[in-house]
Amino acid sequence: MADEGLQSWKSLALGCAMTEPGTSKRFNTGDWRSRRRPLTDREKCIKCGMCYALCPDQCYTADPKAEGYYDWDSFYCKGCGICIYECPKQAISWQDEKEEDKYGPACGS
Amino acid sequence: MAAIGEGKYAQAFPSFGPERRGAPLQAFLRISETAIRLREKISAPDVVVVLDPALVATGNVKAGLKSGGTLVVNTSKPVGAVRAECGYGGRTAVVDASKIAEEELGVPITNTTMLGALLKAAGLVGLESLKVPLEARFGKNAGKNLKALERAFSETRIEE
Amino acid sequence: MARRVGLEVSLACSEAVKLANVDVIAAYPITPQTHIVEHLAELVADGHLDAEFVPVESEHSAMSACVGSSAAGARTFTSSSSQGLALMHEILFIASAMRLPIVMAVANRALSGPLSIWNDHSDVMAERDIGWVQTFAENGQEVLDLTLHAFKVAEDHRVTLPVIVNMDGFVLTHVIEPIEMPEQAEVDAYLPPFEPLQRLDVHQPISMGGVGMPEVYTEAKKACLVALEESYPVIVEHWEGLAKQFGRSYQPVESYRTEGAQTLFVTMGGIGETCMTAVDEMRSAGEPVGQARIRLWRPFPREDFLRAIAGAKNLVVIDRALSPGGTDCPVASELKSLLYSRGQNVYVSSFVAGLGGRDVTRETFKEMYAQAKADYKSGAPMVSRMVGVKE
Repeated sequence: MADEGLQSWKSLALGCAMTEPGTSKRFNTGDWRSRRRPLTDREKCIKCGMCYALCPDQCYTADPKAEGYYDWDSFYCKGCGICIYECPKQAISWQDEKEEDKYGPACGS
Repeated sequence: MAAIGEGKYAQAFPSFGPERRGAPLQAFLRISETAIRLREKISAPDVVVVLDPALVATGNVKAGLKSGGTLVVNTSKPVGAVRAECGYGGRTAVVDASKIAEEELGVPITNTTMLGALLKAAGLVGLESLKVPLEARFGKNAGKNLKALERAFSETRIEE
Repeated sequence: MARRVGLEVSLACSEAVKLANVDVIAAYPITPQTHIVEHLAELVADGHLDAEFVPVESEHSAMSACVGSSAAGARTFTSSSSQGLALMHEILFIASAMRLPIVMAVANRALSGPLSIWNDHSDVMAERDIGWVQTFAENGQEVLDLTLHAFKVAEDHRVTLPVIVNMDGFVLTHVIEPIEMPEQAEVDAYLPPFEPLQRLDVHQPISMGGVGMPEVYTEAKKACLVALEESYPVIVEHWEGLAKQFGRSYQPVESYRTEGAQTLFVTMGGIGETCMTAVDEMRSAGEPVGQARIRLWRPFPREDFLRAIAGAKNLVVIDRALSPGGTDCPVASELKSLLYSRGQNVYVSSFVAGLGGRDVTRETFKEMYAQAKADYKSGAPMVSRMVGVKE
C-alpha cells in the first residue's frame, strides 16, 4: 500500500519492500461501510460458523462469553454483505447505522 | 582438445543448426601456435576431411580448398577415382574408414577412424595427445576407438 | 593453479556457475543455451554441485522461481535465449525492481519469425530496459570470467541488482576452445558466500513485491535507476579484483589499435575478435582504422566510450538487431544520443549485420568500411544500412 506521506525516493526500503510486518492491522476498512451494518439474530443462529468462514476480512471471531456464537468487528467490516447472503438461516440482516456509530473499537479491544 | 593439450590454440565448431544423424553437415577446426581471433566459418581450408563417400561426387568438397591443400576421403576407391569424381587434382589421402569402423567398432560411424587418416595426412597433433580426450569422451570404449584410429593411420594412402 | 583445458564454451559457463557454488538453478532448456543447463543438471544429479535444480515447465516459471529463491536469500542462476527470454519478459522487470541479485546467462539468438535458432542480438535488445546490469562476452574465457564477475557485482550490497551475461549463441556457446579454469580456492577468494542485504525471514517478516500506488511508483523507479547507475564503479572495481585474482583484466569499453585511427569499428560481443583481425589486415593495407568494443552495455559506460573514441572522425557501428520504424538500430541510436548530448560531431555509419546466424567475416567488415568511407567522404546524411541483403 502506498505511503502517502513519502517524502523522498531515498526513504524507500530496498526493492520497495515493506519492512514492518502487520501494517494492514492498522488499516481501518470499517469506514468503507455506508449507513448499514450486518447484525446477527442469535435466536435464529444455529452456530454453523458460515459467517466466520466466509467473511473476506475475518470480521467474525468466536464469542468468548457464549460458545458457538460469533462477535462482529466494526473496525474491519467493509459492509460487503457476504455474511448476510451466505447465512443458511437468514439470521444476519442489514441494520441501519449512523455515521457517528461507524468508528467502533476493533474486536476484542 | 588434443591440440590444446599440447599447449597450442585451437577452435572447433559445428555448422550451427538442427543436426540430424546422417544428414550432411559441416564442422570446422582451426589450430594455431598463437591465439585465434577469428569466429567466421572457414572458407579457404588447408585440409578437407570427407566422412561420407557419397559427398565426394555431390558435396563440392574441393570448394575453397587452398592450392597445396589436402583432401582426406573415406572411400573404398583408389585416389584416381576420387579425383575423377570431385575434380580435385592435388594432394589426396584415402582410407576405407567405413570398413575399419565396421570391423573395430561394429558400427559404420567413422568420426574417430577418420581422425587417424587426418593425422597421417596432415600431422597437426601427436597420436599420444589424442588419448586423453578420447578417454574423456568414450570411457570404456576409448580402446576400440583408438584401435580404429591407429588402423586408419596405417592404412591411409596418400598421393601428392 | 589454474588449468588450461579445451572445453565447449557452454560448459565453461556451467563450470563457472559450479565454481560460484550456487544454491538454486531454475531453468528451461532452449537452443542454443541447452548445453549450459544440461551440464548443470548433470553436475547436480551426479553430486558434484550441492544445489537445488528446479526443472520448471516454462521460462516464465523459471524466472518466477528465481525471484522466489533469490528473495529467500539463495544464490540463484538461470539461463535462457530468444523466445525463452521473451517469455520471461514481465518477470525480468520484477526481479530488478525487487533488487534481487539473480545471475542469468543469455545465449543470444534471433527472435522468430521466421523461426530462427541462430545468433543475433534481437532477444536481448528487446530486454534492453529491464533494469539489469548487462555485459557482453567476446570469447570463452570471458564467458567464464564474466559469469564469476556477475555474481560478485549482483550480490555487492552497493548494487543488489540482477545481472545478465550475454554470449553469442553457437558462435560462442558451441565452440570448443582453450579455457583457463581456475581452482575452487581461487574462486572462493574472489567470491565469498552470498550475504543478502535483505531476505524473506520468518523471524523478521517483511513484504516484497507489493503494489506501488501512483504516490510511490515514480520514486520506486527512481531508486532502481540510481542503483543501476551507481553500480558502475562497483562493476569496474570487481573487474580490477578479477585482474588481481586471475590475472585477466577487463574494461567497460576496450580499445584496439585506436592510435591514429580516423575510423573506428564499434562492436559488442562475439564478432569483436573477427573484427580485430580485420582491423589488423586493413592496417597492414594502410587504412587508418581501429576498434572500440563495448563490454558493459548496462549501465552504459558513457565516459569510457567517449575516451575510447576520442580523435575518431567516423564510427562504424555494427548492430546485431533492428529497431523497425525507429530512428536507428539500438546501439547506434544510443551512441548518437550520447554524442549529440555532448556536442560531438562524429559521423556515425550504422550497419546491421549478422542477423539470424548470417556469418560476419573479415570481408564483411571490409565491405562496411568501404561503404562508410564513401558515405563519410560524400557527407551524405547518416543512414542505417543492412549488410549483405540479397536485393
